[in-house]
Amino acid sequence: MNGVQLAREEHALWQRTLHQRGWGGPGWPKEFGGPGWTPVQQYIFEEECAAAGAPRLIPFGTRMVAPVIMAFGNRAQQQRFLPKIISAEEWWAQGYSEPGAGSDLASLKTRAERVTAAGGDHYIVNGQKTWTTLGQYADWIFCLVRTDPEAKAQRGISFLLVDMKTAGVTVRPIATLDGIHEVNEVWFENVRVPVENLVGEENKGWTYAKFLLGHERTNIAGVGIAKRELARLKRIAATAGRLDEPLFAARVAQVEIDLMALEITNLRVISAEHAKRAPGPEASILKIKGTEILQAIAELMMQAAGMDALPLRQEDLGPDHAASLGVGYCNLRKLSIFGGSNEIQKNIIAQMILGL
Amino acid sequence: MDFNLDEGQRALADTVRRFVARDYGFEKRRAIRDSASGWSRESWQALADLGVLALNIDETHGGLGYGPLETGLVMNAFGAGLLLEPYLAAAVIAPALLCRLATADVQAEWLPRIATGAAIVVLAHFEPGAHRAATRIDTLATRKGDGYAVNGHKAVVAHGGAADQLLVSARLDDGRVAVFLVASGDAGVSRRDYPTLDGQRAADIVLNDAAATKIDAGETQAEAQDAIEAALDVGLAALCFEAVGIMEATLAATTEYLKTRRQFGQPIGRFQALQHRMADMLLHLEQARSMSYLAARRCTEAAKNSRQHALSAAKVTIGQACRHIAQNAVQLHGAMGMTDELIVSHWFKRLTAIEMNFGDTDSHLQRFVELTRTS
Repeated sequence: MNGVQLAREEHALWQRTLHQRGWGGPGWPKEFGGPGWTPVQQYIFEEECAAAGAPRLIPFGTRMVAPVIMAFGNRAQQQRFLPKIISAEEWWAQGYSEPGAGSDLASLKTRAERVTAAGGDHYIVNGQKTWTTLGQYADWIFCLVRTDPEAKAQRGISFLLVDMKTAGVTVRPIATLDGIHEVNEVWFENVRVPVENLVGEENKGWTYAKFLLGHERTNIAGVGIAKRELARLKRIAATAGRLDEPLFAARVAQVEIDLMALEITNLRVISAEHAKRAPGPEASILKIKGTEILQAIAELMMQAAGMDALPLRQEDLGPDHAASLGVGYCNLRKLSIFGGSNEIQKNIIAQMILGL
Repeated sequence: MDFNLDEGQRALADTVRRFVARDYGFEKRRAIRDSASGWSRESWQALADLGVLALNIDETHGGLGYGPLETGLVMNAFGAGLLLEPYLAAAVIAPALLCRLATADVQAEWLPRIATGAAIVVLAHFEPGAHRAATRIDTLATRKGDGYAVNGHKAVVAHGGAADQLLVSARLDDGRVAVFLVASGDAGVSRRDYPTLDGQRAADIVLNDAAATKIDAGETQAEAQDAIEAALDVGLAALCFEAVGIMEATLAATTEYLKTRRQFGQPIGRFQALQHRMADMLLHLEQARSMSYLAARRCTEAAKNSRQHALSAAKVTIGQACRHIAQNAVQLHGAMGMTDELIVSHWFKRLTAIEMNFGDTDSHLQRFVELTRTS
């Protein structure tokens, strides 16, 4: 791995390859076609994949919507959606954030109005989602929508599955600072969604959303990826001759020490999870430290390459090890913003762990 | 110490700030960035008309004979607009080097043309993998007829593609460093021009028996090397002012965003955690501003060790401020801070590049330790 951007088909190929070995849904129970691994086994799997430089698993299907469908979806939804998620036949995107609802997600405004009609009951969805990662590839999107505008913020929200091919769905790319097309706006204009695509009960969507956020957090720390990137940092720094500089060597050592501590903290959380205590606010510790470490490594890699990291496109320019390190540094600033910003994670720690 | 600007200095700063606000808006800059050359000859001419290209050239050569502080005020005013033209390379560093090293004839030939914008002259000094070592020069110059032929490779030369003439550092047969003028259109010059992370342009330049004119009569051992370092130090001081200008703009825009972005029923600027973050950014900015003044005062000092001691202190403070303010400005803007649409992400990238240019924070921290030890 050297920060290469993969195309949709390359991601799908990896997902299919894993699926053929029975590893397509590392966290899935056997009844849905998963390996039925314990959290510890999952952790080992993640770490080995990362160490081998395997592509990251795109989480929106297998790790996000699938557990919600397993826990709260009906039999028909489970049969319709899960097999195509694990086999990579259908690509999923996440429809949570809106322009006015980021950290304050519960203030979301995308409206789904239930209509009774001859062709069957359906929702009419209007609104806009944003920061939709890889939404340009998506066949389906799971959305938090407001079904009861009168109810208090969290109460009137539902969890809806929307076919991206439906008339009225528009995906627009968002240009970002790294020049990579990763995030999108998704617009809904009178989009007709059959009521069969409601997961669980109407107006209970917030409960499912919280379940989703608290689920599948064994990999939130990204320890395996961080170990691999640390090794890459050391290679780059050695090639550029920077490990001989005491200051630089100390910075690499500091991030390595932070990672050693995080690995053990992560294992403690997994061990607690294994003892059937559901992962709780500890996930916020893992998210903050994990993202800080990955960002620090990206920063040091760029620094190690120095001015060689600056050329924007480096096909045949400068040393190979420096390719896209500047762009990679920019891209990873997202880590402390998305998935609940690190400030929100600190609020959670203050409130849920410290009781402040 | 008097930190108040005099009337002329204030007028200069206002003039340039007005130019940036009126003639160098964000959308115009975007169009310039995306153009084939990546900079605008029209804007360059406008800068010439304002007189700022003549700032670092003495009056006998058609210049204004100003110093590092005035140059800093101009660079500071450019900061918010993220100017893409080769001002630092061609109007600060090149004249600084020519004034220090070139013969009277060479000065008389080139300085007036630089002052009017008629010629763009750029120093091509650093070599691949050696951007933190100003003394590592492998490019060779050998005698050929009346002049010289140079052979070598210069890497990530800021605005190398825009240059009409290159000031190339190279070693003579006896190992001494000298500086040569090389026409960028010479058959022995091949330039690969490319955009860098911050939207500016740089070039890798390969010299293959390029026809060269030695600019100095220099007989002493280290004269040219010292002049190159002195010119780069003048450039570093100017860069510090650009950084402060960008950080001022970044802080102001982030403050404004915190006042207008609402979450949880209130402007996010009401949250104390974010207020303290902004306060920390302000502390960085003020320390950086102080060090930019120090850099301006000390960058023309003749004694190299004490000059570079001061400049390293300035670059460390400013580099740390660049990193801190850039990262936090993006973070406080949330995902909006990552978008190409907002100028904050462009300030972020330029601040990132400035931190790496002229030696990064760690290099200067290390040099500061070494110079403290030897002084």
